[in-house]
Amino acid sequence: MMASSYNAKEEDGHHSVSAASGPSAGPSAKSKKPDNTAFKQQRLPAWQPILTAGTVLPAFFIIGLIFIPIGIGLFVTSNNIREFEVDYTGVDASSPCFTCSQTYSWNSSIPCKCAVSFSLEQPFESNVFMYYGLSNFYQNHRRYVKSRDDSQLNGDKASLRNPSKECEPYRSHDNKPIAPCGAIANSLFNDTLELFYIDPNGTRTQIPLVKKGIAWWTDKHVKFRNPGGNNFNLTVVFQGTTKPVNWRKYVYELDTDPENNGFVNEDFIVWMRTAALPTFRKLYRIIQKKSNMTPTLPRGNYTLDVTYNYPVRSFEGRKRMILSTISWMGGKNPFLGIAYITVGSVCFFLGVVLLIIHHKYGNRNNSADIPN
Amino acid sequence: MDSVMSFFGLDCTKKKEKEEERHLRANDRELNLSYKYATNAIKTSKYNLFTFLPLNLFEQFQRIANAYFLFLLILQVIPAISSLSWFTTVVPLVLVLLVTAVKDASDDFNRRKTDRQVNNRRVSVLVSGELRSEKWMDVQVGDIIKLENNKFVAADLLLLSSSEPLNLVYIETAELDGETNLKVKQALTVTGEMGDCIEKLAAFNGEVHCEPPNNRLDKFTGTLTFRDQKYALDNERILLRGCTLRNTEWCFGLVIFAGPETKLMQNCGKTTFKRTSIDHLMNVLVLFIFGFLAFMCTVLAIGNGIWEFQEGSVFTAFLPRPDGVDASFSAFLTFWSYVIILNTVVPISLYVSVEIIRLGNSFYIDWDRKMYYPRSDTPAEARTTTLNEELGQIKYVFSDKTGTLTQNIMTFNKCSISGKSYGDVFNFAGQRLEITEKTEKVDFSYNPLADPKFSFHDHSLVEAVKLEAPEVHNFFRLLALCHTVMAEEKEEGNLLYQAQSPDEGALVTAARNFGFVFRSRTPETITIVEMGVQKSYELLAILDFNNVRKRMSVIVQSPEGKLSLYCKGADTIVYERLHPSCSKLMDVTTEHLNEFAGEGLRTLVLAHKNLDEDYFREWSTRHHMASTTLEDREERLDELYEEIEKDLLLLGATAIEDKLQDGVPQTIEQLSKANIKIWVLTGDKQETAENIGYSCNMLREEMTDVFIISADTPQEVHEELRNARKKMKPESEDEPTIIQRGILDKKSKMLPDETVDGEYGLVINGHSLAYALDKSLEQELLRTACMCKTVICCRVTPLQKAQVVELVKKYKQAVTLAIGDGANDVSMIKAAHIGVGISGQEGMQAVLSSDFSFAQFRYLQRLLLVHGRWSYLRMCKFLRYFFYKNFTFTFVHFWYAFFCGFSAQTVYDEWFITVYNLVYTALPVLGMSLFDQDVNDRWSVQFPQLYSPGQLNKYFSKTAFFKCVLHSCYSSLVLFFIPYAAMYDTVRDDGRDIADYQSFALLAQTCLLITVCVQLGLDTSYWTAVNQFFLWGSLAVYFAITFTMYSNGMYLIFTASFPFIGTARNSLNQPNVWLTILLTSILCVLPVVAYRFLLIQLCPTINDKVRFKVRQAKVALPPPSFRTRLRRRSSRRSGYAFSHAQGYGDLVTSGKYLQRGAISRGRGFSSSIQQRSGALQEMPQMYRAVKDASQ
Repeated sequence: MMASSYNAKEEDGHHSVSAASGPSAGPSAKSKKPDNTAFKQQRLPAWQPILTAGTVLPAFFIIGLIFIPIGIGLFVTSNNIREFEVDYTGVDASSPCFTCSQTYSWNSSIPCKCAVSFSLEQPFESNVFMYYGLSNFYQNHRRYVKSRDDSQLNGDKASLRNPSKECEPYRSHDNKPIAPCGAIANSLFNDTLELFYIDPNGTRTQIPLVKKGIAWWTDKHVKFRNPGGNNFNLTVVFQGTTKPVNWRKYVYELDTDPENNGFVNEDFIVWMRTAALPTFRKLYRIIQKKSNMTPTLPRGNYTLDVTYNYPVRSFEGRKRMILSTISWMGGKNPFLGIAYITVGSVCFFLGVVLLIIHHKYGNRNNSADIPN
Repeated sequence: MDSVMSFFGLDCTKKKEKEEERHLRANDRELNLSYKYATNAIKTSKYNLFTFLPLNLFEQFQRIANAYFLFLLILQVIPAISSLSWFTTVVPLVLVLLVTAVKDASDDFNRRKTDRQVNNRRVSVLVSGELRSEKWMDVQVGDIIKLENNKFVAADLLLLSSSEPLNLVYIETAELDGETNLKVKQALTVTGEMGDCIEKLAAFNGEVHCEPPNNRLDKFTGTLTFRDQKYALDNERILLRGCTLRNTEWCFGLVIFAGPETKLMQNCGKTTFKRTSIDHLMNVLVLFIFGFLAFMCTVLAIGNGIWEFQEGSVFTAFLPRPDGVDASFSAFLTFWSYVIILNTVVPISLYVSVEIIRLGNSFYIDWDRKMYYPRSDTPAEARTTTLNEELGQIKYVFSDKTGTLTQNIMTFNKCSISGKSYGDVFNFAGQRLEITEKTEKVDFSYNPLADPKFSFHDHSLVEAVKLEAPEVHNFFRLLALCHTVMAEEKEEGNLLYQAQSPDEGALVTAARNFGFVFRSRTPETITIVEMGVQKSYELLAILDFNNVRKRMSVIVQSPEGKLSLYCKGADTIVYERLHPSCSKLMDVTTEHLNEFAGEGLRTLVLAHKNLDEDYFREWSTRHHMASTTLEDREERLDELYEEIEKDLLLLGATAIEDKLQDGVPQTIEQLSKANIKIWVLTGDKQETAENIGYSCNMLREEMTDVFIISADTPQEVHEELRNARKKMKPESEDEPTIIQRGILDKKSKMLPDETVDGEYGLVINGHSLAYALDKSLEQELLRTACMCKTVICCRVTPLQKAQVVELVKKYKQAVTLAIGDGANDVSMIKAAHIGVGISGQEGMQAVLSSDFSFAQFRYLQRLLLVHGRWSYLRMCKFLRYFFYKNFTFTFVHFWYAFFCGFSAQTVYDEWFITVYNLVYTALPVLGMSLFDQDVNDRWSVQFPQLYSPGQLNKYFSKTAFFKCVLHSCYSSLVLFFIPYAAMYDTVRDDGRDIADYQSFALLAQTCLLITVCVQLGLDTSYWTAVNQFFLWGSLAVYFAITFTMYSNGMYLIFTASFPFIGTARNSLNQPNVWLTILLTSILCVLPVVAYRFLLIQLCPTINDKVRFKVRQAKVALPPPSFRTRLRRRSSRRSGYAFSHAQGYGDLVTSGKYLQRGAISRGRGFSSSIQQRSGALQEMPQMYRAVKDASQ
């Protein structure tokens, strides 16, 4: 509804007599009479919505009607996603990785290995994504989050030699600057996970895991860069720096592929994108679809071979391996679908309740006269 | 500078001993310099180039908000605490400081410029025997300077001599008090003799002893010692800086006060700082917020301690602790870290925004054409820009009568001459006719000197004049002779009267039309044209008016040699002095007087007597002696006057109509519908005031009762007040229930409102008021008065006006407004929360001390019901929304703390935190608070009830604030936990990470921004194009800035500052992110919509009803029919009117009539006000009525 701008003749109020007889009746240049503009007279044309039954009730019903289908769609999509999760922390004595979790320390030189068997009840179609999940791991702790040097990771040579103070106490070791510095890099997840399919006849087939394409394009190509530009001889580039305290290898030994080595190693990049919450999962490998005929992961028995390097037991952390397919809305998360269905239903219900209330009381109140 | 000095405890400016008395000698610079008086250079600017930065910063950091942010900044610099980068605080702080500094600097620069301009003005100074042109700033106390016509007076001067006869000078005091009429000053004869003889002036070595510098413009005491003679000096001899010399070729003056010690400068910058009740509430809330902040931080610090103890200690493998930090120390540091993060609950930009909103709303008042008065070309003016929203909360209006409710235009309506009443028109059947515009007017064409504008309807009076009835002639002769009006005749026959009071003007004009034309006067003579014959009367004495005498007389000698005394004055006063033979006439006249008063007319009684020549000569010598004595001059003169003004013969009475201003009754009706109580405080007599009360529709016939309190002792006053109260509410307790207003300050008490059935009025006269305002009775007075719908206080002094206002302020938690036009209203205007000045015919003093000013009383309706209501509404909406958006913003951090180990990690990007208040949300909320209106102005006026929420503090109070907090709490829960649940263990549609910190931050902040925008949309009830532009613009700017800051380029240039590279691109292309945003915003807003809708349905407020009605009407209002004629009660009351300032008789006799231009208005009233108020404070019992000086 547009506020009708009323007649400008009435400008001087109800006492039009005084207005007409005043000196300003003539076009006097010196008159202090304020301008008659819609802005100055606060008569700007405007839309004045008010909450009437005619607007509020339909809104509720419409929101309800829109939300419920969306919710159902989301819920169904989410339910169609295949997801399998296995906890290999080794807390229980019965767990295959129990020994590793008990004996492991940062200093042990021989890696501890364990194998977890599991079986998939249903085949996984299409691309399957393999995640590692950590729980109770505060990657979002303020001191942790800031303990990095983006300039160094971006290939800045000065920062490589002299990392930011934020990296303390993982800034330098043995008087050599650490590359990459900081607590995040230092705590890089270093378990190695390998997946084997156990044929019904007992043969183990290793499932090929693709390790490229797991990081954001922007991270891989813009945010993270090796120092030295196109110089692929990373050993030279990183000379004079040392590895993070917890690492077994130098940063330039992470991979043999020069495209995936040093700071642009995707495992490293994925880790460096710190999680928002203390329970999180990170993409580890991609299992590419082979052909349209066979499922990527057929149903059956599998073994997960773990090289157990990463200690989480001390702070009651958990390590998981997750296999998941994805959909247009990402990974499996029934919440959004349920939330939409709930909100939609509540809206609809509220609409009905408000309608009843409006019928019972609303008309009476609104038509009531205003006492003068 | 002083503040800095005193702050550091080094008051290095040597405190000059307080000047007791000023002593100076003319032309003796050496002596005068030894007193170290200030020179004539003035400095109103505060800063110079070098001191600006430190001083201005120091001043700005004295504000609590700025100081708080400085403290935050310091916290942020400490690495162990710093949870946010320094720029999150610096950017807003610098912006706020910069805006203020630029404003201060430009103000100061302008002041410097004017200072320099003023200081460099040239003036002729008499130095070592010759006149030299010097700069104003080089003038010193004791110098003699020469002023020329139309030049500004350079300093406060003792007038020595002038070019005009009798050593007069004419000055204009527009800069001092805004009055544009000329005033006259006269030099002492002894100095006047020097003329412009430079040698004499150079040799002049008079010594002046006078009062120390002060700010009283109307008073000066001192002595001049010259040639061993002492001469008294008063204000008449002083030219004040700021005045302009007019109509005077030259004059010489001796500098007495210079520069900062002049009265003009002493009057500067002493305005009391008024603050609104919302300001006070805000202060309380800010304290509360600080407490709340401390509470939240403590909770989180404890959480951090527990976390560090349980989890952190075992998590050290991945996140080692800094050296020497254990769990408890970490908790301590976390406390401060969270103080930084949660600082947004105390918003820095709030204060800036509040100022902008108030400024904007003030401009609307200035711009309002409906408050513009074309006749005097005066628009309304918001002189204070910080009180707007309080205009929407007024509960008590204190109004002056004269010039405010009435026009202060007097018309001679009726008279009674020797027992016969004239002025009414009767038809043939003898019935009285209503006088309208069409009634035939008396033809004065027989009189060539008649004023064509004068109109009179009763022909019988003209007949009586033509019949040469001696009483009638005497009657008009008196009117033509006994006054202090000045006549000006620029061309033959075209007379212009300069009357000091409009009453006198009306009377003299009446006499003029009836054939007794006052033509000219000299100090010794009055020339009148009596029925075409010019006669010159010798003016022998003027027995001047004053407040106690309430009458004035002249003693004249007719050309025939007859000595007569003519007297006019208040009925009661004159009646006491009548000759016993008049008793019969007195009765008839009294009857007429009652009739006149009943019609609301102001009356005067006229009397005369013939004097014996010998007696008069003898009296005259005594009079001369008395008037030249220095001690008890007044008393002795009073005695003499008393002696001669007796045994008078009654001539008759006059009745003058005091016209109401346009629309006054309607405005009062509207305001009382808006539940605003109007108290009239007037200096008029009870009957007159009561009458105006009836004609303004404040007192009505239908009222259950009108109590009149006029007692002479405190006990009686108490008794009357109590009786009135018992009558209104028999069950009311004797002891008032007093509510303690706060726990902290025990002093402030509050009397609750008591409701009564029926409408009552209370009229209290000044005499009783003096007792009632005493500590012991004030609560009784207030209780009784507040039960009544209308309160009229008559015969009140300016001080009492202020006392009444203070009384209401003290015991009622209500906002008061005082409206007046004259100097006698200044105290009341200053005392009330809001002072409104009527810029009318009187001087500008009321306007100068007011907060708002306009030309007509009726504009008050628009000021309050439209502008005030809107301002209040806007301010409250703004505050509620502002707190909502900031609390919501902040509380999300609080929830996140439970998921990040209480590590003071922020939820949002730091840049978002920096610009959230300043850029993303600043303009939309400003748009709302500058344009919003629930219903337009016409409906606001149509339904004055819309005003009442403001009086009850409905829109913004502690409860409303608490609701805001709850609302924010809910929103923040939604805003955190929906994205939390939606992002939990989720990945992108290509399997990659999206539950990372940066994506989550982006999601949370986008949800927040969209939610607050939608909420703003819900709060806005008046969507102009500007609102739309701001709202959509803000969202657009948000996305633009976000994409820019998260772009490759920004990262590559400022790697460390923009680590969020790519987050926007990677996350905002995900459908589930958008679905989450939609869900979050809907979930935040839906309950609000449902709640508001339910409120409207179940218990609609008056606003909702009106808005619904507007919607239904969809067409403009039918023209409101206000023009109902209000009938008047014609009960008999005697009236009294005499509007006069003391001291005019002297002026007339001393011959200081003006060559041309207007006669000055009396300036004596303020002094009498001040003296009287002083006296009253000391002896409240000794009340003396003082005339309403504004009349």
